[in-house]
Amino acid sequence: MRKLLILVAVLTAVHGALLFVHPSGAAVPPTGDAVDVGIVFDLGGRGDKSFNDGAYIGAERAEKELGVRVRFVEPGESADREAGLRLLAAEGMDLVIGVGFIFTDDLTQLAREYPNTRFAGVDYSVAQDKDGKVIQPPPNLAALKFREEQGSFLVGAIAALVGKSKKVGFVGGMNFPLIHKFEMGYAAGVKSVCPDCEVISQYAGVTPEAFRNPGKGKELALSQYQQGVNVIFHASGSTGLGVFEAARQTGKLAIGVDADQFKEAPGYVLTSMVKRVDNAVFDAIKRVKERHFAGGIYQYGLAEDGVGYVYDANNAKMIPAAVRTRVEALKADIVAGRINVPSTK
Amino acid sequence: MSRRAAIEEALLPPLVALLLAAVVGDALILSFGQSPGAVYKLLLEGTWGNAYGFGQVLYKATTLVFTGLAVGLGLRAGLFNIGAESQLAAGGFCAALVGLLLPAGIPALLCLPLYLLAAALGGGVVGAIPGVLKARFGAHEVIVTIMLNFIVLALLNYLTSARVHVPDTLHTPEIKSGALPRLGDMFAPFHGSAANVTILLAVVAAVALGWYLFRTRSGFELRAVGLQARAAEYAGVNVASVTWRALALSGAIAGIGGLNYVLGYKHYYEEGFATGAGFLGIAVALVGRNHPVGIVIAALLFATLSQGGLAVNAIVPKQMVDVLQAVVILAVAVSVPEVRRLLSGARRRSDA
Repeated sequence: MRKLLILVAVLTAVHGALLFVHPSGAAVPPTGDAVDVGIVFDLGGRGDKSFNDGAYIGAERAEKELGVRVRFVEPGESADREAGLRLLAAEGMDLVIGVGFIFTDDLTQLAREYPNTRFAGVDYSVAQDKDGKVIQPPPNLAALKFREEQGSFLVGAIAALVGKSKKVGFVGGMNFPLIHKFEMGYAAGVKSVCPDCEVISQYAGVTPEAFRNPGKGKELALSQYQQGVNVIFHASGSTGLGVFEAARQTGKLAIGVDADQFKEAPGYVLTSMVKRVDNAVFDAIKRVKERHFAGGIYQYGLAEDGVGYVYDANNAKMIPAAVRTRVEALKADIVAGRINVPSTK
Repeated sequence: MSRRAAIEEALLPPLVALLLAAVVGDALILSFGQSPGAVYKLLLEGTWGNAYGFGQVLYKATTLVFTGLAVGLGLRAGLFNIGAESQLAAGGFCAALVGLLLPAGIPALLCLPLYLLAAALGGGVVGAIPGVLKARFGAHEVIVTIMLNFIVLALLNYLTSARVHVPDTLHTPEIKSGALPRLGDMFAPFHGSAANVTILLAVVAAVALGWYLFRTRSGFELRAVGLQARAAEYAGVNVASVTWRALALSGAIAGIGGLNYVLGYKHYYEEGFATGAGFLGIAVALVGRNHPVGIVIAALLFATLSQGGLAVNAIVPKQMVDVLQAVVILAVAVSVPEVRRLLSGARRRSDA
């Protein structure tokens, strides 16, 4: 018994003492007047090398360049999404951002409940009413959407021009409208430079699991390469890792998505269709800082630097100068509105 | 055993475990360069410190009570049900389906039995499969329930996104009637929190399970099988029948937990609506020592840590709270037998 009491006493004493330790770098409550921004990540969280990391980079840049204060919340389960947004809204943040289409319902509801707080949703999915008319988000909510089809159009052109084969490949993750945008833009890009080329499109599945299935990605990619495809564009999350693996194995080429994926298979990644979530997030914060934030639907396309393709020291030697010139001309055409890229099936 | 000894034995082991976990937590927080006092203060403020945070704790605890009871019941029968995760999802899915079929405008109290039945059936069938496989063929329930998790979750995944989802989302349409009121509708301070009257169902389930386990013949048989199956068989208990019934009942309880989200919170079934709650139920049952009262307390503890994790997310990473949860489990697993040994040793010496 005495041993036990000593143990309890010692533990209590240690715990009590540690409670009062204040390391020098410990967080102090922020003071002073600055723009406060709160960001709730999707369940994937930081370190996904895509979406959430993009938002993080944009917020970090805003911290440095605009002097705003940013707080991050990483939800643990789906009920935490609303809880995280609510926590930040209740704290009086000037701007609350939800990263991922899955936040759509929660953001809409909270924007109505907190009319004086500004909200932004990355990839917010805009609903349509029965007549197919777009239902506008609440006035204090900015829907940050991307014209993925425009960036995909350009990599489609690159794939056809560099691949030098009549067949080009596409591997999608989950078969649903968001990914159809990638596929349709890509196919249109291929056709624009090679009208008689065939685009072989395949999806890894119909559920969100299709974004996390590298085995399936590799299987699809290998079969496409065997059919004579030389370049495959993937829009499939980590399923794409399997596509890169297949490219490495067969010595053919693949195109990355969302972020620059060159490092996933150096030498086999022709380029990447980048979605600049960082720019969109930075822009939203900047508008709050400069006091001209407004709700509504924001489309980030080539003109706004919201999407694009990677051309840098890593892959410059894989893309000939003539191809580069042609693609840049196509880009100018899209920006000027001379080419209209389809986004739906 | 004297009354004092009984209290000592009930309270001292968890106290030591919690203190141990707290000290490890201190060290973790210090390793992030933060002050333990400040972090714990923030954690408490964000959970028990205001009605909204407390409501969130209650909401999370409700699901955990169901999965904890499910796992606890299995363990009482000597069966390790790792499948609460998919049983919970199946229960929620079946309830959401019923909600889609019901016409609008039926009072909640009238539909509730239907929803209960659907959720219990959904989870119960998923639980009964390993039960029957174990009773009939001796297939180990741990393996079967783990594997069934993959199969059932993938199936639900498919059914949701290919059959009944709202376009551009991962959830089904809203149920048409029978939504349960939230606590925030009745008590304004709870406004915004997900806590809802499903919590009453959780309390009823805990009481009912306690009564079943300790006051009925069938519950006695179940516990006898759990303690020593061969002896129970010798005494005339049909072990095979107890086995599959225990797992089916366990699955049904987990399945009813799905109502917390589907009837009480969002009113639809969403992919991964309670990811991790099934597995956390194992920890809840373990820490709650497979007793309904202990399970309720443990569910509150883990719900507090989970919600508190969001509150302290500003200064320490989320993973810190995940680690803290694991430390609580380890501390309980280690300190309970150890403290008991010390206690009984001390008692023997004082008797001599």
